[in-house]
Amino acid sequence: MSEHAITVRVNGEQEHLTVPASMTLLELLRQDLVLTGTKNGCSAGECGACTVLMDGEPVNACMVLAVEADGTEVVTVEGLAHDDQLDVIQQEFMDEGAVQCGFCTPGMLISARALLNRTPHPTEEQIREALVGNLCRCTGYTRIVQAIQKASSTDLVASSNPVRSKGA
Amino acid sequence: MLARSVLPGFDYIRATTPDEVVRLLQADREGVRLLMGGTDLLVRVRDGFIHPRLVVDVKHLPGMGEVAYNEQTGLTVGAAVTMNRLAGDPAVEAHYPLLAESANSVASYQLRNRATLGGNLGNASPAADTAPAVLLFEAAIVLYGPNGEREVPAAAFFLGPGRTAMQPGEFMTAIRFPPPPGGAVGRYLKLGRNRAGDLAIAGVAVLGFPDRAIPSGYRFRIGLASVAPVPLRVQEAEALLSSSLPGEQAFSAAAAKAAAAASPIDDVRASDAYRRAMVRNLTRRALRDVWARLVDG
Repeated sequence: MSEHAITVRVNGEQEHLTVPASMTLLELLRQDLVLTGTKNGCSAGECGACTVLMDGEPVNACMVLAVEADGTEVVTVEGLAHDDQLDVIQQEFMDEGAVQCGFCTPGMLISARALLNRTPHPTEEQIREALVGNLCRCTGYTRIVQAIQKASSTDLVASSNPVRSKGA
Repeated sequence: MLARSVLPGFDYIRATTPDEVVRLLQADREGVRLLMGGTDLLVRVRDGFIHPRLVVDVKHLPGMGEVAYNEQTGLTVGAAVTMNRLAGDPAVEAHYPLLAESANSVASYQLRNRATLGGNLGNASPAADTAPAVLLFEAAIVLYGPNGEREVPAAAFFLGPGRTAMQPGEFMTAIRFPPPPGGAVGRYLKLGRNRAGDLAIAGVAVLGFPDRAIPSGYRFRIGLASVAPVPLRVQEAEALLSSSLPGEQAFSAAAAKAAAAASPIDDVRASDAYRRAMVRNLTRRALRDVWARLVDG
Protein backbone atom coordinates (compact mmCIF):
# COMPACT_ATOMS: atom_id res chain seq x y z
CA MET A 1 0.00 0.00 0.00
CA SER A 2 1.41 3.36 -1.03
CA GLU A 3 2.10 6.03 1.57
CA HIS A 4 1.78 9.74 0.94
CA ALA A 5 3.20 12.86 2.54
CA ILE A 6 0.44 15.42 2.94
CA THR A 7 0.06 18.89 4.35
CA VAL A 8 -3.31 19.79 5.75
CA ARG A 9 -4.43 22.67 7.92
CA VAL A 10 -6.64 21.36 10.72
CA ASN A 11 -8.42 23.87 12.98
CA GLY A 12 -5.80 26.45 12.05
CA GLU A 13 -2.76 24.22 12.69
CA GLN A 14 -0.57 23.18 9.78
CA GLU A 15 -0.03 19.40 9.92
CA HIS A 16 2.63 17.50 7.97
CA LEU A 17 1.71 13.82 7.93
CA THR A 18 2.41 10.59 6.15
CA VAL A 19 -0.73 8.60 5.44
CA PRO A 20 -1.46 5.22 3.84
CA ALA A 21 -3.49 5.45 0.62
CA SER A 22 -6.59 3.80 2.02
CA MET A 23 -6.81 5.84 5.21
CA THR A 24 -9.91 8.02 5.36
CA LEU A 25 -9.91 11.63 6.51
CA LEU A 26 -12.06 10.46 9.43
CA GLU A 27 -9.40 7.96 10.53
CA LEU A 28 -6.72 10.59 10.18
CA LEU A 29 -8.64 13.01 12.40
CA ARG A 30 -9.68 10.52 15.06
CA GLN A 31 -6.65 8.26 15.22
CA ASP A 32 -3.62 10.27 14.19
CA LEU A 33 -4.69 13.70 15.41
CA VAL A 34 -6.87 12.40 18.28
CA LEU A 35 -9.66 14.81 17.35
CA THR A 36 -12.35 12.43 18.54
CA GLY A 37 -15.15 14.99 18.49
CA THR A 38 -15.84 13.90 14.92
CA LYS A 39 -17.78 10.64 15.17
CA ASN A 40 -17.79 7.46 13.11
CA GLY A 41 -21.37 6.35 12.52
CA CYS A 42 -22.13 4.52 9.29
CA SER A 43 -18.84 4.81 7.34
CA ALA A 44 -20.97 5.19 4.21
CA GLY A 45 -21.88 8.86 3.91
CA GLU A 46 -25.41 8.34 5.17
CA CYS A 47 -25.51 9.52 8.80
CA GLY A 48 -23.41 12.70 8.83
CA ALA A 49 -21.83 12.07 12.26
CA CYS A 50 -18.40 12.57 10.66
CA THR A 51 -19.24 15.88 8.95
CA VAL A 52 -16.32 18.33 8.85
CA LEU A 53 -15.61 21.46 6.84
CA MET A 54 -13.11 20.99 4.03
CA ASP A 55 -12.16 24.30 2.42
CA GLY A 56 -15.25 25.76 4.04
CA GLU A 57 -17.76 23.21 2.75
CA PRO A 58 -19.22 20.30 4.73
CA VAL A 59 -18.19 16.79 3.66
CA ASN A 60 -18.50 13.33 5.18
CA ALA A 61 -14.97 12.64 6.45
CA CYS A 62 -15.59 8.89 6.09
CA MET A 63 -16.02 9.40 2.33
CA VAL A 64 -12.79 11.34 1.79
CA LEU A 65 -9.37 9.72 1.60
CA ALA A 66 -6.82 11.38 3.86
CA VAL A 67 -4.52 11.77 0.87
CA GLU A 68 -7.26 13.76 -0.93
CA ALA A 69 -7.20 16.31 1.90
CA ASP A 70 -3.65 17.29 0.93
CA GLY A 71 -3.47 21.06 0.59
CA THR A 72 -6.89 21.69 2.09
CA GLU A 73 -8.12 23.39 5.23
CA VAL A 74 -10.22 21.25 7.57
CA VAL A 75 -12.35 22.42 10.48
CA THR A 76 -13.74 19.92 12.98
CA VAL A 77 -16.11 20.49 15.89
CA GLU A 78 -13.04 21.17 18.04
CA GLY A 79 -12.31 24.17 15.82
CA LEU A 80 -15.69 25.89 16.16
CA ALA A 81 -14.98 27.65 19.45
CA HIS A 82 -12.60 30.60 19.36
CA ASP A 83 -10.85 32.66 22.03
CA ASP A 84 -12.51 30.64 24.81
CA GLN A 85 -15.88 31.48 23.33
CA LEU A 86 -18.27 28.90 21.98
CA ASP A 87 -19.63 29.37 18.49
CA VAL A 88 -23.13 30.80 18.82
CA ILE A 89 -24.41 27.54 17.30
CA GLN A 90 -22.85 25.54 20.13
CA GLN A 91 -24.31 27.92 22.71
CA GLU A 92 -27.79 27.69 21.22
CA PHE A 93 -27.66 23.88 21.04
CA MET A 94 -27.00 23.92 24.79
CA ASP A 95 -29.58 26.59 25.59
CA GLU A 96 -32.31 24.97 23.50
CA GLY A 97 -31.65 21.42 24.70
CA ALA A 98 -30.83 20.26 21.18
CA VAL A 99 -28.55 17.50 22.51
CA GLN A 100 -29.64 14.15 23.91
CA CYS A 101 -27.16 11.30 23.46
CA GLY A 102 -24.85 13.71 21.64
CA PHE A 103 -23.47 11.37 19.01
CA CYS A 104 -24.87 13.35 16.07
CA THR A 105 -24.12 16.72 17.65
CA PRO A 106 -20.63 17.41 16.22
CA GLY A 107 -21.85 16.73 12.68
CA MET A 108 -25.02 18.74 13.28
CA LEU A 109 -22.97 21.70 14.53
CA ILE A 110 -20.73 21.61 11.48
CA SER A 111 -23.66 21.36 9.04
CA ALA A 112 -25.41 24.19 10.87
CA ARG A 113 -22.28 26.37 10.78
CA ALA A 114 -21.90 25.70 7.04
CA LEU A 115 -25.56 26.59 6.47
CA LEU A 116 -25.29 29.90 8.32
CA ASN A 117 -22.10 30.71 6.43
CA ARG A 118 -23.89 30.41 3.08
CA THR A 119 -27.41 31.44 4.20
CA PRO A 120 -27.25 33.69 7.27
CA HIS A 121 -31.04 33.75 7.73
CA PRO A 122 -32.39 30.39 6.61
CA THR A 123 -36.07 29.46 6.63
CA GLU A 124 -37.15 26.36 8.57
CA GLU A 125 -37.38 24.54 5.24
CA GLN A 126 -33.79 25.52 4.38
CA ILE A 127 -32.60 24.37 7.81
CA ARG A 128 -34.30 20.99 7.44
CA GLU A 129 -32.95 20.59 3.90
CA ALA A 130 -29.41 21.40 5.12
CA LEU A 131 -29.71 18.65 7.77
CA VAL A 132 -30.91 15.90 5.42
CA GLY A 133 -27.47 14.31 5.67
CA ASN A 134 -27.35 14.41 9.50
CA LEU A 135 -29.35 11.74 11.26
CA CYS A 136 -30.45 12.14 14.88
CA ARG A 137 -32.25 9.24 16.55
CA CYS A 138 -33.06 11.02 19.83
CA THR A 139 -34.39 14.52 19.50
CA GLY A 140 -36.90 14.40 16.67
CA TYR A 141 -34.97 17.39 15.26
CA THR A 142 -37.38 20.05 16.56
CA ARG A 143 -35.00 21.52 19.12
CA ILE A 144 -32.09 21.30 16.72
CA VAL A 145 -34.04 23.36 14.19
CA GLN A 146 -35.01 25.82 16.94
CA ALA A 147 -31.40 26.17 18.05
CA ILE A 148 -30.28 26.99 14.52
CA GLN A 149 -33.11 29.49 14.12
CA LYS A 150 -32.04 31.24 17.32
CA ALA A 151 -28.39 31.14 16.29
CA SER A 152 -29.25 32.71 12.94
CA SER A 153 -30.81 35.71 14.64
CA THR A 154 -27.73 36.36 16.78
CA ASP A 155 -24.98 35.23 14.43
CA LEU A 156 -24.14 38.61 12.94
CA VAL A 157 -22.27 39.89 15.98
CA ALA A 158 -19.12 37.82 15.99
CA SER A 159 -17.69 37.84 12.50
CA SER A 160 -14.11 37.76 13.76
CA ASN A 161 -14.26 33.97 14.00
CA PRO A 162 -12.47 32.66 10.88
CA VAL A 163 -14.74 29.61 10.73
CA ARG A 164 -17.65 31.94 10.02
CA SER A 165 -16.44 33.23 6.72
CA LYS A 166 -16.98 31.09 3.65
CA GLY A 167 -13.79 29.40 2.56
CA ALA A 168 -12.43 29.26 6.11
CA MET B 1 -2.82 3.42 14.96
CA LEU B 2 -5.66 2.86 17.39
CA ALA B 3 -8.01 0.94 15.16
CA ARG B 4 -7.76 -0.93 11.90
CA SER B 5 -8.67 0.88 8.72
CA VAL B 6 -12.19 0.28 7.40
CA LEU B 7 -10.90 0.16 3.84
CA PRO B 8 -8.68 -2.67 2.59
CA GLY B 9 -5.27 -1.56 1.38
CA PHE B 10 -4.70 -0.14 -2.09
CA ASP B 11 -2.27 2.19 -3.81
CA TYR B 12 -3.22 5.72 -4.79
CA ILE B 13 -2.02 8.01 -7.51
CA ARG B 14 -3.14 11.49 -8.56
CA ALA B 15 -3.22 11.45 -12.36
CA THR B 16 -1.82 14.45 -14.21
CA THR B 17 -2.59 13.60 -17.86
CA PRO B 18 -5.43 11.73 -19.60
CA ASP B 19 -2.93 9.49 -21.37
CA GLU B 20 -1.49 8.41 -18.04
CA VAL B 21 -4.99 7.30 -16.99
CA VAL B 22 -5.48 5.33 -20.20
CA ARG B 23 -2.10 3.64 -19.73
CA LEU B 24 -2.98 2.63 -16.17
CA LEU B 25 -6.42 1.37 -17.20
CA GLN B 26 -4.92 -0.71 -19.98
CA ALA B 27 -2.19 -2.14 -17.78
CA ASP B 28 -4.61 -3.65 -15.25
CA ARG B 29 -8.25 -3.91 -16.32
CA GLU B 30 -9.53 -5.38 -13.06
CA GLY B 31 -7.29 -3.79 -10.47
CA VAL B 32 -7.48 -0.11 -11.42
CA ARG B 33 -10.40 2.07 -10.30
CA LEU B 34 -10.88 5.76 -10.97
CA LEU B 35 -11.74 8.17 -8.17
CA MET B 36 -13.63 11.44 -8.46
CA GLY B 37 -16.02 12.13 -5.56
CA GLY B 38 -15.63 8.64 -4.12
CA THR B 39 -19.19 8.47 -2.82
CA ASP B 40 -19.90 5.25 -4.71
CA LEU B 41 -16.36 3.91 -5.03
CA LEU B 42 -15.40 4.00 -1.35
CA VAL B 43 -18.67 2.38 -0.23
CA ARG B 44 -18.21 -0.44 -2.72
CA VAL B 45 -14.59 -0.96 -1.70
CA ARG B 46 -15.55 -0.98 1.98
CA ASP B 47 -18.34 -3.49 1.37
CA GLY B 48 -15.97 -5.76 -0.55
CA PHE B 49 -17.77 -5.57 -3.90
CA ILE B 50 -14.60 -4.41 -5.58
CA HIS B 51 -10.96 -4.88 -4.63
CA PRO B 52 -8.85 -2.24 -6.33
CA ARG B 53 -5.08 -2.60 -6.38
CA LEU B 54 -4.69 0.99 -7.51
CA VAL B 55 -7.04 3.97 -7.10
CA VAL B 56 -6.38 6.68 -9.69
CA ASP B 57 -7.61 10.12 -8.69
CA VAL B 58 -8.70 11.80 -11.94
CA LYS B 59 -10.54 14.84 -10.61
CA HIS B 60 -7.50 17.12 -10.88
CA LEU B 61 -6.99 16.51 -14.62
CA PRO B 62 -7.33 19.69 -16.68
CA GLY B 63 -10.99 20.62 -17.28
CA MET B 64 -12.45 17.87 -15.09
CA GLY B 65 -13.70 20.35 -12.50
CA GLU B 66 -14.83 23.09 -14.87
CA VAL B 67 -18.17 24.34 -16.14
CA ALA B 68 -18.10 26.35 -19.37
CA TYR B 69 -21.07 27.91 -21.18
CA ASN B 70 -21.28 29.46 -24.61
CA GLU B 71 -24.52 30.63 -26.22
CA GLN B 72 -23.61 29.09 -29.59
CA THR B 73 -22.14 25.78 -28.50
CA GLY B 74 -23.88 25.16 -25.19
CA LEU B 75 -22.61 23.85 -21.88
CA THR B 76 -19.60 21.67 -21.11
CA VAL B 77 -19.44 20.14 -17.65
CA GLY B 78 -16.24 18.40 -16.54
CA ALA B 79 -16.94 14.87 -15.34
CA ALA B 80 -15.67 15.66 -11.84
CA VAL B 81 -17.88 18.72 -11.30
CA THR B 82 -19.76 18.19 -8.06
CA MET B 83 -23.53 18.33 -7.74
CA ASN B 84 -23.39 21.48 -5.60
CA ARG B 85 -21.02 23.18 -8.02
CA LEU B 86 -23.29 22.25 -10.93
CA ALA B 87 -26.51 23.33 -9.22
CA GLY B 88 -24.96 26.64 -8.15
CA ASP B 89 -23.45 27.55 -11.51
CA PRO B 90 -25.09 30.73 -12.88
CA ALA B 91 -25.19 29.43 -16.48
CA VAL B 92 -26.74 26.13 -15.39
CA GLU B 93 -29.33 27.95 -13.27
CA ALA B 94 -30.14 30.32 -16.14
CA HIS B 95 -30.19 27.97 -19.12
CA TYR B 96 -30.50 24.40 -17.77
CA PRO B 97 -32.49 24.76 -14.53
CA LEU B 98 -33.82 21.20 -14.94
CA LEU B 99 -30.22 19.98 -14.58
CA ALA B 100 -29.73 22.08 -11.44
CA GLU B 101 -32.99 20.79 -9.98
CA SER B 102 -31.95 17.19 -10.68
CA ALA B 103 -28.49 17.67 -9.16
CA ASN B 104 -30.05 19.20 -6.04
CA SER B 105 -32.25 16.14 -5.55
CA VAL B 106 -29.25 13.84 -5.00
CA ALA B 107 -28.67 12.60 -1.43
CA SER B 108 -27.61 15.28 1.10
CA TYR B 109 -25.76 18.60 0.94
CA GLN B 110 -22.53 16.97 2.22
CA LEU B 111 -22.72 14.21 -0.37
CA ARG B 112 -23.43 16.74 -3.11
CA ASN B 113 -20.17 18.48 -2.20
CA ARG B 114 -18.38 15.29 -3.28
CA ALA B 115 -20.67 13.43 -5.69
CA THR B 116 -19.95 14.29 -9.33
CA LEU B 117 -22.02 14.44 -12.50
CA GLY B 118 -19.63 12.05 -14.21
CA GLY B 119 -19.86 9.59 -11.35
CA ASN B 120 -23.64 9.73 -11.26
CA LEU B 121 -23.79 8.93 -14.98
CA GLY B 122 -20.79 6.62 -15.24
CA ASN B 123 -21.95 4.27 -12.51
CA ALA B 124 -25.06 3.79 -14.67
CA SER B 125 -27.42 3.25 -11.79
CA PRO B 126 -30.95 3.11 -13.18
CA ALA B 127 -31.80 5.50 -10.31
CA ALA B 128 -29.27 8.19 -11.32
CA ASP B 129 -31.13 11.45 -10.70
CA THR B 130 -29.24 13.48 -13.28
CA ALA B 131 -29.68 10.95 -16.10
CA PRO B 132 -33.19 12.00 -17.20
CA ALA B 133 -32.11 15.65 -17.54
CA VAL B 134 -28.99 14.61 -19.47
CA LEU B 135 -31.22 12.58 -21.83
CA LEU B 136 -33.77 15.39 -22.27
CA PHE B 137 -31.16 18.03 -23.09
CA GLU B 138 -29.73 15.51 -25.61
CA ALA B 139 -26.25 15.79 -24.14
CA ALA B 140 -23.20 13.89 -25.30
CA ILE B 141 -20.88 11.96 -23.03
CA VAL B 142 -17.23 12.74 -23.77
CA LEU B 143 -14.92 9.76 -23.39
CA TYR B 144 -11.13 9.66 -23.58
CA GLY B 145 -9.38 6.44 -24.51
CA PRO B 146 -6.53 4.81 -26.41
CA ASN B 147 -7.70 6.48 -29.65
CA GLY B 148 -8.20 9.90 -28.13
CA GLU B 149 -11.53 11.58 -27.54
CA ARG B 150 -14.96 10.50 -28.73
CA GLU B 151 -18.53 11.49 -27.97
CA VAL B 152 -21.42 9.15 -27.27
CA PRO B 153 -24.99 10.49 -27.31
CA ALA B 154 -26.53 10.13 -23.86
CA ALA B 155 -29.30 8.02 -25.40
CA ALA B 156 -26.70 5.42 -26.44
CA PHE B 157 -24.59 5.57 -23.29
CA PHE B 158 -26.63 3.56 -20.78
CA LEU B 159 -26.73 -0.16 -21.59
CA GLY B 160 -27.95 -1.70 -18.33
CA PRO B 161 -27.52 -1.47 -14.57
CA GLY B 162 -23.84 -0.56 -14.11
CA ARG B 163 -23.14 -0.98 -17.83
CA THR B 164 -22.30 1.80 -20.27
CA ALA B 165 -20.88 2.31 -23.75
CA MET B 166 -17.48 3.00 -22.18
CA GLN B 167 -14.89 0.61 -23.59
CA PRO B 168 -11.91 -0.84 -21.69
CA GLY B 169 -9.23 1.83 -21.40
CA GLU B 170 -11.76 4.66 -21.69
CA PHE B 171 -12.96 7.10 -19.05
CA MET B 172 -15.39 10.00 -18.97
CA THR B 173 -13.94 13.49 -19.13
CA ALA B 174 -16.97 15.71 -19.72
CA ILE B 175 -20.65 16.01 -20.56
CA ARG B 176 -21.57 18.36 -23.42
CA PHE B 177 -25.02 19.92 -23.58
CA PRO B 178 -26.18 21.61 -26.78
CA PRO B 179 -27.93 24.97 -26.35
CA PRO B 180 -31.34 24.30 -24.78
CA PRO B 181 -34.49 24.64 -26.92
CA GLY B 182 -35.74 28.25 -26.83
CA GLY B 183 -38.24 28.96 -24.07
CA ALA B 184 -37.78 25.55 -22.44
CA VAL B 185 -39.29 24.85 -19.03
CA GLY B 186 -38.40 21.75 -17.02
CA ARG B 187 -39.31 19.83 -13.91
CA TYR B 188 -37.85 16.79 -12.14
CA LEU B 189 -40.19 15.04 -9.75
CA LYS B 190 -38.60 12.42 -7.55
CA LEU B 191 -40.37 10.06 -5.24
CA GLY B 192 -38.31 8.60 -2.39
CA ARG B 193 -39.32 6.85 0.82
CA ASN B 194 -38.92 10.21 2.51
CA ARG B 195 -38.99 13.75 1.19
CA ALA B 196 -35.30 14.22 0.73
CA GLY B 197 -32.05 12.33 0.73
CA ASP B 198 -33.29 8.96 -0.50
CA LEU B 199 -32.65 7.11 -3.73
CA ALA B 200 -35.49 7.54 -6.19
CA ILE B 201 -38.30 4.97 -6.16
CA ALA B 202 -39.33 6.69 -9.34
CA GLY B 203 -38.10 9.88 -11.00
CA VAL B 204 -39.76 11.73 -13.86
CA ALA B 205 -38.29 14.66 -15.76
CA VAL B 206 -40.27 16.75 -18.26
CA LEU B 207 -38.91 19.42 -20.57
CA GLY B 208 -41.45 21.48 -22.55
CA PHE B 209 -40.86 24.19 -25.14
CA PRO B 210 -42.72 26.04 -27.92
CA ASP B 211 -42.41 24.70 -31.46
CA ARG B 212 -44.46 26.64 -34.01
CA ALA B 213 -43.72 24.05 -36.69
CA ILE B 214 -46.04 21.43 -35.22
CA PRO B 215 -49.84 21.49 -34.86
CA SER B 216 -49.87 21.38 -31.04
CA GLY B 217 -47.48 24.34 -30.86
CA TYR B 218 -45.44 22.71 -28.08
CA ARG B 219 -43.07 19.82 -27.70
CA PHE B 220 -42.53 17.85 -24.51
CA ARG B 221 -39.68 15.49 -23.68
CA ILE B 222 -40.17 12.93 -20.92
CA GLY B 223 -37.40 11.04 -19.10
CA LEU B 224 -37.66 8.36 -16.43
CA ALA B 225 -35.28 7.20 -13.69
CA SER B 226 -35.37 4.19 -11.41
CA VAL B 227 -38.15 2.33 -13.25
CA ALA B 228 -36.24 0.35 -15.90
CA PRO B 229 -32.77 -1.22 -16.31
CA VAL B 230 -31.62 2.09 -17.77
CA PRO B 231 -32.81 5.69 -17.51
CA LEU B 232 -34.95 6.27 -20.59
CA ARG B 233 -36.96 8.67 -22.71
CA VAL B 234 -40.57 7.89 -23.52
CA GLN B 235 -40.77 8.53 -27.27
CA GLU B 236 -44.36 7.22 -27.54
CA ALA B 237 -45.60 9.76 -25.02
CA GLU B 238 -43.56 12.54 -26.63
CA ALA B 239 -45.01 11.74 -30.08
CA LEU B 240 -48.54 11.71 -28.71
CA LEU B 241 -48.06 15.10 -27.09
CA SER B 242 -46.64 16.66 -30.25
CA SER B 243 -49.80 15.77 -32.16
CA SER B 244 -52.38 16.67 -29.50
CA LEU B 245 -53.53 19.90 -27.96
CA PRO B 246 -51.79 20.31 -24.58
CA GLY B 247 -54.21 19.74 -21.71
CA GLU B 248 -55.56 17.25 -19.21
CA GLN B 249 -56.66 14.69 -21.78
CA ALA B 250 -53.32 14.60 -23.59
CA PHE B 251 -51.36 14.63 -20.32
CA SER B 252 -53.30 11.64 -18.97
CA ALA B 253 -52.79 9.71 -22.19
CA ALA B 254 -49.06 10.54 -22.18
CA ALA B 255 -48.79 9.55 -18.52
CA ALA B 256 -50.33 6.18 -19.32
CA LYS B 257 -47.79 5.67 -22.08
CA ALA B 258 -44.96 6.57 -19.68
CA ALA B 259 -46.24 4.01 -17.16
CA ALA B 260 -46.42 1.42 -19.94
CA ALA B 261 -42.84 2.19 -21.02
CA ALA B 262 -41.55 1.57 -17.49
CA SER B 263 -40.33 -1.94 -16.63
CA PRO B 264 -39.59 -1.60 -12.94
CA ILE B 265 -38.24 -4.14 -10.50
CA ASP B 266 -39.76 -5.25 -7.20
CA ASP B 267 -37.33 -4.44 -4.44
CA VAL B 268 -37.10 -3.36 -0.84
CA ARG B 269 -37.97 0.21 -1.76
CA ALA B 270 -41.13 -0.40 -3.82
CA SER B 271 -43.04 -2.93 -5.89
CA ASP B 272 -43.24 -3.02 -9.67
CA ALA B 273 -46.95 -2.09 -9.64
CA TYR B 274 -46.43 0.82 -7.26
CA ARG B 275 -43.56 2.21 -9.32
CA ARG B 276 -45.65 2.06 -12.49
CA ALA B 277 -48.55 3.84 -10.81
CA MET B 278 -46.18 6.51 -9.55
CA VAL B 279 -44.66 7.01 -13.01
CA ARG B 280 -48.18 7.75 -14.28
CA ASN B 281 -48.92 10.20 -11.45
CA LEU B 282 -45.56 11.95 -11.52
CA THR B 283 -45.62 12.28 -15.32
CA ARG B 284 -49.07 13.86 -15.25
CA ARG B 285 -48.08 16.18 -12.42
CA ALA B 286 -44.81 17.22 -14.11
CA LEU B 287 -46.59 17.86 -17.43
CA ARG B 288 -49.22 20.03 -15.70
CA ASP B 289 -46.53 21.98 -13.90
CA VAL B 290 -44.41 22.54 -17.01
CA TRP B 291 -47.47 23.48 -19.07
CA ALA B 292 -48.66 26.01 -16.48
CA ARG B 293 -45.27 27.70 -16.55
CA LEU B 294 -45.07 27.60 -20.37
CA VAL B 295 -48.43 29.35 -20.61
CA ASP B 296 -47.50 31.88 -17.95
CA GLY B 297 -44.44 32.56 -20.11
